[in-house]
Amino acid sequence: MNSKNLTHLERLEAEAIHIMREVVAECQNPVMLYSVGKDSAVMLHLARKAFYPSPPPFPLLHVDTTWKFKAMYEMRDRMAKTSGMELLVHRNPEAEARGINPFDHGPLHTDMWKTEGLKQALTKWNFDAAFGGARRDEEKSRAKERILSFRTASHGWDPKNQRPELWNLYNARKNKGESIRVFPISNWTELDIWQYIHLNDIPIVPLYFADERPTVVRDGMLLMVDDERFPLQPDEVPVMRSVRFRTLGCYPLTGAVESTAKTLPEVIQETLLTTTSERQGRAIDKDSGGAGMEVKKQQGYF
Amino acid sequence: MGDQDVIYKVDALVAQDIDAYLDQHQHKTMLRFITCGSVDDGKSTLIGRLLYDSKMIFEDQLAALESDSKKSGTQGQEIDFALLVDGLAAEREQGITIDVAYRFFATEKRKFIVADTPGHEQYTRNMVTGASTADLAVILIDARKGVLTQTRRHSYLAHLIGIRHMVLAVNKMDLVGYDQSVYDAIVADYATFARSIGIESFVPMPISGFKGDNITGPSANTPWYTGPSLIQHLETVEVDAVADQTKPFRLPIQWVNRPNLDFRGFSGLIASGTVRPGDAVRVLPSGKTSTVSRIVTMDGDLDLAVAGQSITLCLTDEVDCSRGDVLAPADAPPQVADQFETTIVWMADEALTPGRAYWLKLGTQMVSATVQAPKYAVNVNTMEHLACKTLELNAIGVAEVITDRPVVFEPYTANHTLGGFILIDKITNATVAAGMLHFSLRRAQNVHWQALDISREAHAALKNQRPAVLWFTGLSGSGKSTIANLVEKKLHALGRHTFLLDGDNIRHGLNKDLGFTEADRIENIRRVGEVAKLMADAGLIVLSAFISPFRAEREMVRALLPEGEFLEVFIDTPLEVAESRDVKGLYKKARSGELKNFTGIDSPYEAPENPEIHVSTVKETPEDAAERIVDYVLSRAK
Ligand SMILES: Nc1nc2c(ncn2[C@@H]2O[C@H](COP(=O)(O)OP(=O)(O)OP(=O)(O)O)[C@@H](O)[C@H]2O)c(=O)[nH]1
Ligand SMILES: [Mg+2]
Repeated sequence: MNSKNLTHLERLEAEAIHIMREVVAECQNPVMLYSVGKDSAVMLHLARKAFYPSPPPFPLLHVDTTWKFKAMYEMRDRMAKTSGMELLVHRNPEAEARGINPFDHGPLHTDMWKTEGLKQALTKWNFDAAFGGARRDEEKSRAKERILSFRTASHGWDPKNQRPELWNLYNARKNKGESIRVFPISNWTELDIWQYIHLNDIPIVPLYFADERPTVVRDGMLLMVDDERFPLQPDEVPVMRSVRFRTLGCYPLTGAVESTAKTLPEVIQETLLTTTSERQGRAIDKDSGGAGMEVKKQQGYF
Repeated sequence: MGDQDVIYKVDALVAQDIDAYLDQHQHKTMLRFITCGSVDDGKSTLIGRLLYDSKMIFEDQLAALESDSKKSGTQGQEIDFALLVDGLAAEREQGITIDVAYRFFATEKRKFIVADTPGHEQYTRNMVTGASTADLAVILIDARKGVLTQTRRHSYLAHLIGIRHMVLAVNKMDLVGYDQSVYDAIVADYATFARSIGIESFVPMPISGFKGDNITGPSANTPWYTGPSLIQHLETVEVDAVADQTKPFRLPIQWVNRPNLDFRGFSGLIASGTVRPGDAVRVLPSGKTSTVSRIVTMDGDLDLAVAGQSITLCLTDEVDCSRGDVLAPADAPPQVADQFETTIVWMADEALTPGRAYWLKLGTQMVSATVQAPKYAVNVNTMEHLACKTLELNAIGVAEVITDRPVVFEPYTANHTLGGFILIDKITNATVAAGMLHFSLRRAQNVHWQALDISREAHAALKNQRPAVLWFTGLSGSGKSTIANLVEKKLHALGRHTFLLDGDNIRHGLNKDLGFTEADRIENIRRVGEVAKLMADAGLIVLSAFISPFRAEREMVRALLPEGEFLEVFIDTPLEVAESRDVKGLYKKARSGELKNFTGIDSPYEAPENPEIHVSTVKETPEDAAERIVDYVLSRAK
């Protein structure tokens, strides 16, 4: 047999690996954003494939908010160890000093820990390219973004003036201080991610699978009481419910769904049968009206 | 909208047997397509409709869409499907598409990636971005308006970029009462145009993206139409996924994988063909041969790899091979050349400057290249060839491209990876053009550099100095010649071998055929740069004193020389000061209009951003400046 039909996942994989290698070849100091979620898990796996037998020639960067789920911190440290990559963790010192948290500070929490924290980290280590696991199917302004997305020296994004991006020719050139965000899995859908994890047996945080967890209901969201910092209202009592998460972020901002799916195929099945979008469980998109994400991205959010 | 309650319905299979569903999904083929055509023809609406009808819209998204439609929709109280796709705030405000959106949906048979491109001429570059990765184009026409300029432009671009499958969707049929004669007339009109530009076939269909006619199934409103619905066609159109595999093997090398001394792998995405261990290969452009020993992946070695896969290869010999090289079969290598005929789509606000050096990226090769004055531009309405001196934003033209070193290539029609390129502005780093190579004008194999026995190092060693080009730049009358002369005298006195190239002496001889237009100024500097480089090769310390107003040309000369040998000396004199000195009386003439294109008056001067040496003549005497420059030149490590 001298030819072979590639499946769409094989094509998406080849595309992502090609992008990672281009950026490593053309940039001085790349880094991979690692948020410990399922997309990060796929990104890390692809990076290891791209450069095998070498370890990926860049560090992992976790922009921490101190409010992630405990299980995420465990996973993060384990994956850094097994991949042989350097793990850099950055926490915005100002947010830390001011005790910024999702309960008391609302949108400021995301602004300071994530947006500002990310900018600080990229500047501090002088990264000129940052890989991120955002996908175009997540949200409508992401559907508009290039694979190599150019940022000004102040990390701004100009959505109305993006560089043309033809074929698989990526322009990674930039002047001093400017940088690029790189999205190798732009063209993957949520289903592609799950299926790829399934086929490649990629380890993911157990929170993606259903289990009995202590939860409370607030503003229509099912929140997990992950540690004692969760300020319970006088009448609130955590209830054990069988839940899982479709996306992972700061635990007080991430809604769970009631579920009994304990295996990947079951999770995928539920995902396909559900009638709401993945990002619905996240508070960020609802912040400033319809253009929430676009505005955040212009300010430097990933 | 009769079926709003059936928002998201997937195959019964998902519920019954998820493993069987996953297996089926995994083996779906993939089709990438675009929607294109003129402004407001309904491209975004159609895609919104496709997403909606293929149940890709979730409840929360639909709820948001309904309220958005009332707020900023263009259809009164009804759902405006375009809002599902037009994701930028500016797009929603203006009700137009600015940049391409990529959306995803799947049917039982296929997975689709669709790019919704903008119809506005201003944003043509974004349409080209979407088109470059598409297998199929849906060209929309507003049934009330027929074939428009943008319909032609987009059709031509889609064809040029090599999209082989075209659908002509005559849209908004609801607004012409589903009248067959309107449809037939538009199809006939388009057919004439399509033939004239070489589009061999297209599939026409009457639709309404807004009402949903002929989208997922046949519409009762068009009983006279018997062809497939849009989805039926998209699901079944034959895309030859293995066509690239039957071509000769081509692997542009991206990265050399060297974890330790025992392993050296060559990584890249196979552009065409297939490869197996044991295959005899050739490294281009060097021409060295070797044999494939392994195809390495994290999941184990492969015995076959095909076009479209990202791989890492090992060779049996220690041949020299690095990023930018291309691996090919030993007996079927691609060509190598440095001069080409190309078609260029100009995508920047600032027009093409013929003769200026741009970066050219093709596959994994990045070279410095110049574009000659175009042979012609294409009028997209009539396909006429128009004489032109440059290419403005969105112009399409044919021009020669000359690269500063040989490039491994194939004609674009044979291989998109080795024939498609982009041009990058050297100063702003913006992507300014897309291009397609047609053929080489001269084979680089035939231009042999004379193998020189006396190297440039030998020349320099004999003179006991490190060569340099001291490039003095600044306004007319800023003091370039004065200071350059002083520097040369001092160096000479110290026993250094120097030569001074001055604006006036060069323009009386070598460059006496050149005037002061932008193009001539560029050519002037190019020649001076080449002469300076030859002299530096001969071991000399060269001093050049030219206004050289454009940053790009100075950078072009810098690129000709080894790192550290080009020393830019900015003679910084404010315009008022230079003008008040007016040693040669030139400013006066320029002000009176007697002299045209005078730098600082009616022609720009782009000051250096990071010159090696910065001399402010209002703060420093020529003598002091010269002393400082001499110190700088001589203190450089040998
Ligand atoms: N009646 C009717 N209106 C339509 C149809 N398709 C689109 N429209 C309307 O035409 C207008 C323009 O539609 P868009 O989808 O934004 O057009 P577009 O081609 O994407 O426009 P640009 O991307 O800006 O070039 C909107 O008001 C749509 O609601 C149709 O089939 N029938
Ligand atoms: Mg549109």
